[in-house]
Amino acid sequence: MDQALPPFQAFLEEHLDPVRAFLRGMVGPNDADDCLQETFIAALRAYPRAHAGNLRAWVFTIARRKAIDHQRSRSRGEQPVADVEQVVDRTNSAPPADAGVGMSPRHSAIWAAVAELPPGQRAAVVLRFAVDLRYREVGEALGTSEEGARRNVHEGLKKLRRSAAELKEMTR
Amino acid sequence: MSDFIEQLAAKASDEGLLDVAYATMDTPIGTVVVAATKKGLVRVVLPGESLDNVLMQLAENVSPRVMAYPRRLDEALRELEQYFEGKRQRFELPLDWRLSHPGFYRRVLRATAKVPFGEVITYTDAAERAGSPRAFRAAGSALGSNPIPIVVPCHRVVRAGGDIGNYGGGPEMKRFLLELEHAL
Repeated sequence: MDQALPPFQAFLEEHLDPVRAFLRGMVGPNDADDCLQETFIAALRAYPRAHAGNLRAWVFTIARRKAIDHQRSRSRGEQPVADVEQVVDRTNSAPPADAGVGMSPRHSAIWAAVAELPPGQRAAVVLRFAVDLRYREVGEALGTSEEGARRNVHEGLKKLRRSAAELKEMTR
Repeated sequence: MSDFIEQLAAKASDEGLLDVAYATMDTPIGTVVVAATKKGLVRVVLPGESLDNVLMQLAENVSPRVMAYPRRLDEALRELEQYFEGKRQRFELPLDWRLSHPGFYRRVLRATAKVPFGEVITYTDAAERAGSPRAFRAAGSALGSNPIPIVVPCHRVVRAGGDIGNYGGGPEMKRFLLELEHAL
């Protein structure tokens, strides 16, 4: 028999913080809460059909899709914008352009570098280091093998190291 | 409860996705959990049961789409509070009967719901009002499985000999409620 689904409230309380951390890494802190609400509304809609055995991977799959949709709509300039300057700003910059607001310069530079990563690598790096999942769990959440997850994290880190070196060079 | 969860529950409710909303309230008998579907009050849980278990049962027996959302229970909470303050004798809440067995059990509970504040009837009376005068034992089981105690006042059904009989929350709780109603 299938394992019984926990009440949605319990599911929500268990996964809220890790999914929030994931979305902050994917779209930046300013947009994370919008994506977070969309993620859990979508999860609630589909919840009765979910499989109790693998809810974590399931909710991260939804969150990743929401983050990607969000980035696409941003880069297409579909968001309501007030003036031309804002449009230019949005189309020219990497997805979480405002990621650094309210952060230390160093922190904000790391966000910006993470934002430059291709989506698959970014998701893997964020899940591994911001959400603290194991490689097997990263793979489950992203629909890749454990090996694939390891490779994505490795490639992502390599690029981040390069950015960090450039940053150091620039701020010297 | 965090703002985020509250806003999420409000949105879920607006979009028709919140099948079961629950809230907890402190009363003179302890912490009571109340839960409502879109149709009405579906469950009142007397003190002593763990919230986790209650939510698990609701997930299994009604729907897994269960969230804390006290706003849907505003009216129920208000009426219960008035009841415990001795300021209300009748509940005027829509009820969702789905957690009681249809048939004789539900007829017993519906008949019990009509017993007025301050009065008591016997298990035999309850059986009779449900259409089977000799089924007083089954009436006792029906009352014991009452998913909406207090509001469906199974505490107003007592033994013929003067003993107050069993209660889900224990006989002391039953006595407390009957004394609150000046029925003893």
